[in-house]
Amino acid sequence: MNNNLRLFTRGIIKENPTFVLLLGMCPTLGTTTSAVTGMGMGLATLFVLTLSNMVISLVKRQIPDKVRIPAYIVIIASFVTVVQLCMEAYVPSLYKALGVFLPLIVVNCIILGRAEAFASKNGVGASALDGLGIGVGFTLSLTLLGLVREVLGAGSAFGVQIFPGGGILIFVLAPGAFFALGYLLALFNKFTAKIR
Amino acid sequence: MIFSLLAITFVSAAAVGVVYRVTSGPIAAAKAENSQTSLRQVLPPFDNRPAENVRTVVVDGAEAKVYTATSGDTVCGYAVETLSRKGFGGEVVLMVGFKPDGEIVDIEVLGHKETQGLGDKIERGKSDFSVQFRGKNPATFHLSVRKDGGDVDAITASTISSRAYADAVNRAYLALKQVSNE
Repeated sequence: MNNNLRLFTRGIIKENPTFVLLLGMCPTLGTTTSAVTGMGMGLATLFVLTLSNMVISLVKRQIPDKVRIPAYIVIIASFVTVVQLCMEAYVPSLYKALGVFLPLIVVNCIILGRAEAFASKNGVGASALDGLGIGVGFTLSLTLLGLVREVLGAGSAFGVQIFPGGGILIFVLAPGAFFALGYLLALFNKFTAKIR
Repeated sequence: MIFSLLAITFVSAAAVGVVYRVTSGPIAAAKAENSQTSLRQVLPPFDNRPAENVRTVVVDGAEAKVYTATSGDTVCGYAVETLSRKGFGGEVVLMVGFKPDGEIVDIEVLGHKETQGLGDKIERGKSDFSVQFRGKNPATFHLSVRKDGGDVDAITASTISSRAYADAVNRAYLALKQVSNE
């Protein structure tokens, strides 16, 4: 149990994909203009990552080494398409907000990275936990980054206005993504240095 | 090797196919709902289905769809869906509702890629920009920004987006005139 818990929390703190591994930077910078879109992106990735980890772990013995990467990509792409279709059908507003970043989950290096580094070597249960942990870590990081940028840049949190009159515009624009990410990275490393 | 890859692609394709069949209904419904909602927002109350009464005209190199709304037997308004390519980030797609005499009822942004926090203030609810068009008749209200000698108050620091918006509204008005003259 303790081991499982460690597997799960590892993705949130010790191997946090955004703040420690620095993986998946493109969606991280691109979709975190508000807390809600950041969270939506995180949850979509969480879903794809957990399921692809499980499926890849299930079929790892059937996949010859030479074609493993195309096989992984096909599996991941299928899950992404499923997420995309479901989102378009049931949450069209989020589908519109995520735009091109949703299909780009296919090439998110976190997912292929976990498939290659973990799921292809471990059992289904452990792979699911690993996917969940990393996915939750990614979701939390993106929500936090989105929240910081939204509060500073637009003066609102989760779409609710807290400061009238907006904020420092640059934080919702591309340079602000780098500023916010850099400071959050520094803070994260300061506070987790002891735990790690 | 080939067999296992074939098996994986086959199963994946089948799974995606199933999801596509399940979601295609809701996706079509969501899209129809979306256009019906935006029609309701820009038009006076109507009781027909304007989405089934569409005329497409080309104004100045871009398409415009003119929806006719009726209440009872009389035409109560027109909604024009059109775009401008002068946006900062690409096309700005609008739905503009007119009364039969050409007065603007309301305008809804259907799609744009303008800068977040600046140009996206053209969206209703993000700023009062779109409010200034309500109740104006383009016959007397000159549809270009003040900087260009028109009557439209541009969004601060987003003149290009404001221009594109005014351009699309103008195209909608021209499309309306073209249809009503026929």
